[in-house]
Amino acid sequence: MPLDAIDRQIIQATQAGLPLVSEPYQALAEQLGLTAREVMQRMTNMQQNGVIRRIAAVPNHYKLGYRYNGMTVWDVDDKHVDALGHRVAELPFVSHCYQRPRYLPDWPYNLFAMVHGKTEQDAERQIAIIAELLGADVRRHTVLYSSKILKKTGLRITG
Amino acid sequence: MDDIDKAIVNRLQQGFPVCESPYRRVAEQLGITEAQLLARLKSLLAEGVLSRFGPMYHAEQMGGALTLAALKVPDERFDEVAEIVNAFPEVAHNYARNHQLNMWFVLATEKPEQVQSVIAEIERQTGLTVYNMPKIGEYFVGLQLEA
Repeated sequence: MPLDAIDRQIIQATQAGLPLVSEPYQALAEQLGLTAREVMQRMTNMQQNGVIRRIAAVPNHYKLGYRYNGMTVWDVDDKHVDALGHRVAELPFVSHCYQRPRYLPDWPYNLFAMVHGKTEQDAERQIAIIAELLGADVRRHTVLYSSKILKKTGLRITG
Repeated sequence: MDDIDKAIVNRLQQGFPVCESPYRRVAEQLGITEAQLLARLKSLLAEGVLSRFGPMYHAEQMGGALTLAALKVPDERFDEVAEIVNAFPEVAHNYARNHQLNMWFVLATEKPEQVQSVIAEIERQTGLTVYNMPKIGEYFVGLQLEA
């Protein structure tokens, strides 16, 4: 969906965060020379057409006690990957699930699922459940735990 | 974090209203005052419990592109390479992971063709091969982490 110059100004003014003041849309409006009504209308439209996924808080997993953030990766037959991916995504502890390309021989995995555990046992239990669900369709798998967040700013557009 | 902080973190992961006084509306739902909500939200952001609070923009819906990419970084060059990669505004997230492919980052670009040019530039500046792994299929879920 095409964004006009005013949408882009709103994105640039909010991509680092929403103002932490009583009337944040009014504050944005004053900053951009718009009315609060127009800012709210445009942000509502952007939510409706999916440009804004949602307005929300993004937690730091580690600070909430989720120290075992694992990218589990699985080598499954391409013919079955869609059906299997949908089933994995339905598991309540899986936060993202994607099919991605392999890089043979270095990287044979085509199905990615993120899990988050407060303890290693939690994460390993989640991985075992995925392994059981995928069953004989898995040729091999591994898990890459994150050891450090190097950057987490979200998307940025430039002027 | 006390119970009020946890309630704020859990509530604000679900979404935030677009209206004149949205903090007041959420504060009322949580049984606190608007001033309390704003003060605690500022602290949660300052302490890094929350990485961000605001609209989450969707690169693809904006006409851009998103990809996951990885690097095999020699241990002794890890910090230097992280600095190079993080300096790109198109790098939205970057994580160290325990694997030969030990640096994994998400690129979000305004135009689809920028993915390739940013990758080429990262390869040029680091001298390393970027493993570009754009999604082929997406099996969506929206997990929220309970505080």
